[in-house]
Amino acid sequence: MTDTAQRLAEIRGGVPPRRHNARTIAALTGNPGCTRRAVLDSAGVDKPKLAERIGFPARFGQSRFAITRGNAFEAQVKADGGAELLRLVAERLGVPVPAGATWTDLGGAEDLPDRHERSRAALTGGGDEPALFDHPLLGLDVAGRRVHLEPDLVAARLGGRFHVVEIKSFPVIDGQADPAKVSAAAIQSAVYVLALRELLAAAGHDPGLVSHEVVLVCPRDFANQPVASLLDVRKQLLVLRRQLDRMARIDDLLADVPAGFTADLTADPATLTAALTGVPARYAPECLAACELAYFCRHEARGHTTVLGRPVREALGGLADIREVLALADGVRAPDPEQAEAAALLRAAARLRADALAGNAA
Amino acid sequence: MSTLRALAQAQAVAAGVAQPVATVRHLHLSERPLVLVPLAMAGEANAPLAAMVGAAPDEARLLVVPQPRNRNQRFAFAAELAAILLPYLDSFRGVSEAVPVDRGRDVRYRYVDAPQVLVPNPAGVTFLRLFGRSTRFRRPDGEYPVHPSVPLLGCWLTFFAERAEHPGSAALVAMTEALTLHWATGQSAVEDLHLPALLGWIDPPPGSTGAEAAARAEDPQVCPPAGPATDPDFDNRRLAPAMTAYAEAEDDPVARAGAYAQLERLLRDQLTPTWELMWRGVGLLRGLPPGARVAGRWDGDKDAFTGYAEHLDDGGGPQPRRDGAVAAAVRLHRLERALASYAVQRAYDDPLVMAEHRLTGEAFVGDVTLADPKRVDDTGKRPVLRPRIQVVTTEPVVVPVGATLYSPARPGQKAKVVFLTPGADGKTEVVLELSGGMGRGLTAPPGSVPEVGERLCFTTLSDAFMPAGNFPASEETPWTHGGPPATSGPAPDSGDGDPAEEWT
Ligand code: SF4
Repeated sequence: MTDTAQRLAEIRGGVPPRRHNARTIAALTGNPGCTRRAVLDSAGVDKPKLAERIGFPARFGQSRFAITRGNAFEAQVKADGGAELLRLVAERLGVPVPAGATWTDLGGAEDLPDRHERSRAALTGGGDEPALFDHPLLGLDVAGRRVHLEPDLVAARLGGRFHVVEIKSFPVIDGQADPAKVSAAAIQSAVYVLALRELLAAAGHDPGLVSHEVVLVCPRDFANQPVASLLDVRKQLLVLRRQLDRMARIDDLLADVPAGFTADLTADPATLTAALTGVPARYAPECLAACELAYFCRHEARGHTTVLGRPVREALGGLADIREVLALADGVRAPDPEQAEAAALLRAAARLRADALAGNAA
Repeated sequence: MSTLRALAQAQAVAAGVAQPVATVRHLHLSERPLVLVPLAMAGEANAPLAAMVGAAPDEARLLVVPQPRNRNQRFAFAAELAAILLPYLDSFRGVSEAVPVDRGRDVRYRYVDAPQVLVPNPAGVTFLRLFGRSTRFRRPDGEYPVHPSVPLLGCWLTFFAERAEHPGSAALVAMTEALTLHWATGQSAVEDLHLPALLGWIDPPPGSTGAEAAARAEDPQVCPPAGPATDPDFDNRRLAPAMTAYAEAEDDPVARAGAYAQLERLLRDQLTPTWELMWRGVGLLRGLPPGARVAGRWDGDKDAFTGYAEHLDDGGGPQPRRDGAVAAAVRLHRLERALASYAVQRAYDDPLVMAEHRLTGEAFVGDVTLADPKRVDDTGKRPVLRPRIQVVTTEPVVVPVGATLYSPARPGQKAKVVFLTPGADGKTEVVLELSGGMGRGLTAPPGSVPEVGERLCFTTLSDAFMPAGNFPASEETPWTHGGPPATSGPAPDSGDGDPAEEWT
């Protein structure tokens, strides 16, 4: 074990690292500037449990109705050896619908190394004939650690190129879907594209064989008929690559972390809270939808303009501390030279506000 | 984000309670608004689960869909909702008023009042839009007939959803948006979307701060979400077993009635807190005096309501799934104009909103120190009345000489900047030449020219009528924009899937 791996294991305590999946890896890109998150994720700490332990439980529950519906739609789309799926994908890509395609289910109960080998062999074995691969087991390096991905995903090989096919159960109504859901699907698909490319590259194939165009299959309108759309995930690939590179330089990140920092879930909450406080975070309201520690970090950041969101902070001249904003606005504190401009604006704003609220203005 | 609003948010944090960002109410509030709190089934495409609806706090009606994936139940819910909404709409069709048109040479009629629907949040507006979309093309005949009121409900829901995109319309309002228009909280915009937390900041219970009230409101055990999405824990632990019990009791009427009652109880408990918050929101908004231009914008809603009711009376069909190119361009243009004029009107109505424009230099307030109300300009073909005034202001004036300014106090009058003289004491003298709003003669009627000592606001923002753009008729859509839309043929009902299709 390297020193770094040793240190990450210590941070985690005596438990194995939490398993990643495409969703958790996609979530890594949520707040790339945050050291706290990058370190905890690199160490594979169970953040939901950690948040609960320190008294700020996250709320990322999933309704079982949504899960059932998702599974049912997926099964429907994949039925009949993927015949319908093949037609949808080919038509969306604008290629002739092949008479048939092989269907290889790479899922299974055997050991991870065996499954991984089976996926590798199937996907890199060459061949040009149309093929659909279900449940491939892929891998990515996250902070020096090999992470296995078990996507509910189909990789389609058509015309010699691979396309990631994502089946989601949110509807596309009159050609439009919920933008938040589409962007979440795009970043997850990008994780798969990246992993698939690495797999091909490692076998000496051109990673460009995996298209950056992902096929998203959703129910259309209010019925259950599937409809396919294309998602260009080039931007997401860049973002993801950048964050994974950053996490690969985990040693740089660990330099900001006090020695003896622990996220060991068996430690008592006060110790954990104190330890977390020692690692720099960068809370923003977006964390609420992306990171299990959000309630803790929000609590810690109270009194700071970042809690109000970036636009508010910028409108307040970029000042960090709410008390300072108010002191400058009320003129009870003289600004530092670099605050002069922001202070003048705040003073004018405070005067105008007071004026208008007192009913003085015309 | 204006600095003024951002400062109000900072002040809210320090004060522990939301701070006003308006001194008047900027939207019309009906005497009898129809409050509608919808819940949707998780994972489904906008499938209704329940709704609480009514036009007064003690008139709550609960609608429940025991099996939201069941197509018949879904349309039965639509029919039940129609049985509440359509009579509510009809209640506004009793009395009309004459409105002069064509410079008073003619009149047209519109209803004296219009319906208003209030939902908790923007997601509630989206829910109604999609529910309108899923019902307006249904048919009372054919293979899967629905009650005739269902497509009518769909048309009206679509009408409201389209009005909700129109800036300044109050026909369909999300309560969170109405409240944040008037108050700034100490939390972020995403957190303001949660009605219970928002009201926690605006009106915290005695003895607690806004932050504490908002934190409590975030716990779905204490405070159910305001919909349409339900709390996943509620789904998994309470709703799912109750639905299963209902489904399993299929052959046993007694057990089924019991299971239904249990579902009703659960959903009522989830909806009632939001229902009460909605009316608290209404009460808070009613506490503000309406802005002067609110009634004028509501007239626009009355016009739209009258127009759409007549369209349906004349046998008009449902709104198309997508606008054609010309219709889309016309609509966009209309929305842009409405947005600009809405912003100006709010500033004219409310000094606190105008203060945002003063901060950016688009407006200033000053005192009239000189006035020459009799000044006549006789350099042209015929003499015209052009009074001049001098205004002294301590605020920065960033407008150039020659610019045209307006004052909310006399919106029909233009004031051209003639001289700008910055003084040593940080004050600026502005000489303005006035035209308009003074009658046709060479003597200004009393009060039409500002007098010495008056304190006035001048701004580059103009509330004047903006002419509409020119667009080709829809049947002349250029080929570059897809050509004329197909208008003949049957109503576009097949595109949303075959009406006979299974929905589960
Ligand atoms: S919630 Fe905290 S740890 Fe998570 S990304 Fe935000 S600031 Fe970082």
